[in-house]
Amino acid sequence: MKQYKIRSDYPERSDDPLHSVNVTVNGQKITRKVSPRRLLADFLRHELGLTGTHVGCEHGVCGCCTVIIDGSAARSCLTFAVQVDGAEVRTVESLQNEDGTLHPVQEAFKDCHALQCGFCTPGFLMSIVSQLEDSDSELDLSDDGIRIMLSGNLCRCTGYQNIVTAVRQAAERLNRDQ
Amino acid sequence: MATRTFGERVQRNNDQRLLTGGGRYVDDIPLVGALHAAFVRSPYARAQIVSIDTSLAKKHPGVIEVYTCDNIGNLDIEMPLLIPHPALHSPKTQRPLAREGVYYVGQTVAMVVAIDRYVAEDASRLVEVEYSEPLKCSIEIEEAVLDSAPLVHPDVPNNIAAHCVQVSGEPEKAFQDAEHFTKLRVRVDRSTAAPMECRAVAARFDSVSGELTVWDGTQAPISVRGGIASIFNIDEDKVRVIAPDVGGGFGQKVLLFYPDELLVPYAAMELNRPVKYIEDRTENFLGSTQERTQIHELELASTKDGIVLGLKDSFLHDTGAFIPYGIAVAQVASSGVLGPYRIPNSRVEYKAIYTPIVPVTPYRGCGRPHACFAIERAMDQLADELGLDRFEVRRRNLIAEDEFPYERPNLLFADGLAVIYDSGQYTKALDMIHEKIDLDDFKLQQSEAAKDGRYLGLGLSFYVEATGIGPYEGGHIKIHPITGKVYVNTGLTTQGQGHETVFAQIVSDQLGVDPADVILVEGDTGAFDWGVATYASRAAVVSGNAIHLASVKARKIVMEAAGNMLEASTDDLELEGGEVKVRGSDVSVSLAAVATACNPLRYAFNEAAQAATQFAPAARSDEPALGDGRAPGIETTEYYAPPHATWAYGVHAAILEVDPGLCSIDIKRYICVHDCGNMINPTLVEGQVMGGVAQGMGGAFFERVEFDSEGNPRNANFMDFLVPYATEVPQIELHHIETPSPLNPLGVKGVGEAGTIPVAPVIASAIEDALKPLGIKKLHNVPLSPNSIYEALIESGWEPKA
Repeated sequence: MKQYKIRSDYPERSDDPLHSVNVTVNGQKITRKVSPRRLLADFLRHELGLTGTHVGCEHGVCGCCTVIIDGSAARSCLTFAVQVDGAEVRTVESLQNEDGTLHPVQEAFKDCHALQCGFCTPGFLMSIVSQLEDSDSELDLSDDGIRIMLSGNLCRCTGYQNIVTAVRQAAERLNRDQ
Repeated sequence: MATRTFGERVQRNNDQRLLTGGGRYVDDIPLVGALHAAFVRSPYARAQIVSIDTSLAKKHPGVIEVYTCDNIGNLDIEMPLLIPHPALHSPKTQRPLAREGVYYVGQTVAMVVAIDRYVAEDASRLVEVEYSEPLKCSIEIEEAVLDSAPLVHPDVPNNIAAHCVQVSGEPEKAFQDAEHFTKLRVRVDRSTAAPMECRAVAARFDSVSGELTVWDGTQAPISVRGGIASIFNIDEDKVRVIAPDVGGGFGQKVLLFYPDELLVPYAAMELNRPVKYIEDRTENFLGSTQERTQIHELELASTKDGIVLGLKDSFLHDTGAFIPYGIAVAQVASSGVLGPYRIPNSRVEYKAIYTPIVPVTPYRGCGRPHACFAIERAMDQLADELGLDRFEVRRRNLIAEDEFPYERPNLLFADGLAVIYDSGQYTKALDMIHEKIDLDDFKLQQSEAAKDGRYLGLGLSFYVEATGIGPYEGGHIKIHPITGKVYVNTGLTTQGQGHETVFAQIVSDQLGVDPADVILVEGDTGAFDWGVATYASRAAVVSGNAIHLASVKARKIVMEAAGNMLEASTDDLELEGGEVKVRGSDVSVSLAAVATACNPLRYAFNEAAQAATQFAPAARSDEPALGDGRAPGIETTEYYAPPHATWAYGVHAAILEVDPGLCSIDIKRYICVHDCGNMINPTLVEGQVMGGVAQGMGGAFFERVEFDSEGNPRNANFMDFLVPYATEVPQIELHHIETPSPLNPLGVKGVGEAGTIPVAPVIASAIEDALKPLGIKKLHNVPLSPNSIYEALIESGWEPKA
């Protein structure tokens, strides 16, 4: 390898066309130009710097990339950034309170050792938050019911048992066990 | 001593960060101007490369460079054989980018570097590779060893990479003396670790300092650094490898080198821009290593009372297209197949076989699940053949408490050291699970269910696990003079096991600080660069003890210094709450102040520092500021090298119901009794076991990496390769026994792989028990899919109801 060489004239960007997207992310209004094939997950992570949303399979099975779009949990790896034009998106970074305290679901995960490597965790949190915050939904807080609530997300570390416990604790704190 | 945190359910130190989106996995590291790599992979299992044309790809807008074996300088090599072994007579390792031949579907042939990943992947499709007609190949190991089989590597006859025989005692004599023989053939199929974060590598070269920084989702950053420095021929100190947060590893991330681990740093240096490669899920199936396929032909020689006198096992081990990690997996299986049983005479022989599919390296369990399945199925069969209870036949053969340490003469573990079981209470564990199951109640339920035409079964399996192997790890401790916080380093990485918490507990006990004030920095060669890696359930044992020894040494320095400062005898001092106190008084000094005072200062930058400056009364002395052999501050380093592995063990049982019509399984109860020596943090131990069992469930029922007869992967994605969701994993009942290891100061044993090992034999044992009334033949293949249960039923002459 040569030690010294003239700096190459690398391309600055691809020749993908760009579209303007207006989206509210974690309460903040954002306007950006994005490639129409830019995945929402990549947009959040690499353009907005919200790297808490993780990408585990890119085909909608593992749930690591789950975010909340207009109140519903959604796979950001199966959503294009241009699709959220005009929408409101929440990511894991929105959960913690201003004063640094944790959301009851986060608190419960911490209390119950419901995470190990932490890679799948943001997806679980967003999926659970969307279900616990949806006051219209009936919740089945039996073990089987909670496991069904969790059945859109894969975890390879915990064996799920402590996540089940955490969901129950969070539901109680949020008065969803009534 | 102050309040002990060892053994307490201390909350984890880094959860806050991981829960709030503050994780720092490789793809989260902000690298301004980073370029992205994508690979061109072989579409054939075996073929010759005729030509590669990169011109079209290079012209594609946004592409910076395309690499093939012809423009990667001194990386055009066969990558290292990591663990050579005398029995490994025909080792073959992969080239970063294929030259001439390809050996499995997914092998890397070219690498495209482009402005972003989208463009890199687009352009990878534009690299035109011309191959010969695909060559014939054998995917099945039993066919691959035949004389007629096509060869993966033309110069390796019968595709045999390694052949090894291990004999302990006098097996031939045992077989002559025996009254009963139990023979069986078991097969465990190929699986994969499937960590939630795929592998990832990023690199940046700083042309000013000449330093190469590599962020690598690896389990072995120090070893990766050694390899990069060696292959690139640069000084080790000019290479920094950082394993930041790693989203699960389970063995897959301990291999070095994957092609990207060399090519990404190479491109970063050559292009003078940061470069990233973030593997996608399909690539994880195509290019990251897998494990498991073994076929064991096992024979037990016993008395008619079921005392096993001898064992013979001959097995084939699938190593895939290359064998970069040597024969570790097969060697672990071969030295573990005797399980927790006395069996004084044994002959174990294996052959490691090349097949033109993804290479094999350790995956959680590493040979143990296979060995456990073989011996435990054999013990069930022995019980059945002799009309003995399955618990009883095990009881008669378990190594007794007073027989430890129990050595198996001439048998060597995968680290080349003797197989010596150090401690255990095997019979107690068996008794405990017997009691927890409540056998009478189960039998009642079973007979009640039978009346309704339902099939309930009970299964059990023991396991042993050699953990905490060498060569060594280190622990470095430094008490921070400003905050009094304790910084700890070791050479490992964590993939979520909780090192930052258990190591903090170990330190906390010696230095009297809150575990939350112990900051662990690992996985960064810039922080500490002596050690090996995270693998083989060794972190708590090897690094844990090194950190313990370093803490003891630091405590001694603290006490001596504080004794001088407080003018008290060290015997009267106690360390608690971040302070050194004179017992029974209110005289104390903070750890921060002690650390400051131990560092002779010229400048008084804060109040504590004033006391350490040269004109302060306490520091006044005519002697040199640092006495002979003294170092500034409170900083210690110690190393721990275990004499040999320490053996953890346990026994699992399950009660399940089988619906023979659907061949579906409903697990009613799953019970674990396990012993990993002294537990540092029971909550984290339980997390390890429960996660391990879930992975074992995946392996027992669902997870099988499938290839067609031409070596094409058929389920290289999460839609078709089924990782269990919460709905597929049962609630687990956990019970602890703590038998300290006599081998290390903390008395700990490893627990990382324990949960995974015995699940498949437990399930097989339980299904067989449930379907015994239907005369089901032995379930000797893993995974136990509904299809395999159905086939076993049909073979037994069962006819489905219309």
